[in-house]
Amino acid sequence: MKLNMIFNCEEAAHVCDRAQYNEASLWEKTLLTIHTFFCKLCRKHTTRNARLTKAIKKSEVQTLSAEQKHLLKKRLRQEMMQ
Amino acid sequence: MPTHTLQPETWVDRYSDYLYNYTIVRVNDHIVAQDLISETFLAGLKSKKNFKGDASERTWLIAILKRKIIDHYRKKNSKKGQAEVHINYTDDEMEGDWLEERVKDPYYKTAEDKLENNELRLAILECLDTLDERHAAIFKMKTIDNFDTEAICNEYNITPSNLWVIIHRARKAMANCLEKNWL
Repeated sequence: MKLNMIFNCEEAAHVCDRAQYNEASLWEKTLLTIHTFFCKLCRKHTTRNARLTKAIKKSEVQTLSAEQKHLLKKRLRQEMMQ
Repeated sequence: MPTHTLQPETWVDRYSDYLYNYTIVRVNDHIVAQDLISETFLAGLKSKKNFKGDASERTWLIAILKRKIIDHYRKKNSKKGQAEVHINYTDDEMEGDWLEERVKDPYYKTAEDKLENNELRLAILECLDTLDERHAAIFKMKTIDNFDTEAICNEYNITPSNLWVIIHRARKAMANCLEKNWL
């Protein structure tokens, strides 16, 4: 099962990305750990990727919902028509 | 020769999240923040002619927004009621009461933490702005709004593997950008 991930950086990067969204299985994460144990580049990438996740979580950045944006656009468009 | 031009059609998509995060920490009210952003866009549209092109669109909109926030507080202060209630927990009569409220809050964040987070928030959105528009939108949906992979795929009509490629590229660009500007 996906054992080739141990030697395949592309596959490892994919699992690393999914792990940031809690979408990687325990097995995949174990394989990723084994991969990063041998692969310096992926080890670095994994650390950076995790740091990005942490920064975004910590910042508590918020977005306006699609509906609110739609309302804003509508109002702006109305004004532009005048 | 102006180096920047105004494109009001793209304002909402490009700047509304940035302006929202800027405003919410200053007014602490979701509805007020939304109103202020809306007013900012309309004011920007009205004074479009005054835009010289020296600053970027976002800087210019932020300058307008700052005035709007100040106006908001001015208005609020002029309406301030006469009666004010002072609550004083360290009253002599109540000595020993309310001990729970004097214990340090484990979730308490120092002012410094909060300030740092505010700046980080804006840095993230600034970096998002440097990304390809579609990639930024998808990254935002997945990472900040926590949408399901499937929902995003349906919305943008892409396959999950497409999505992960986009996410991977966006994350790489974001990490680079934030490392340069923040970490």
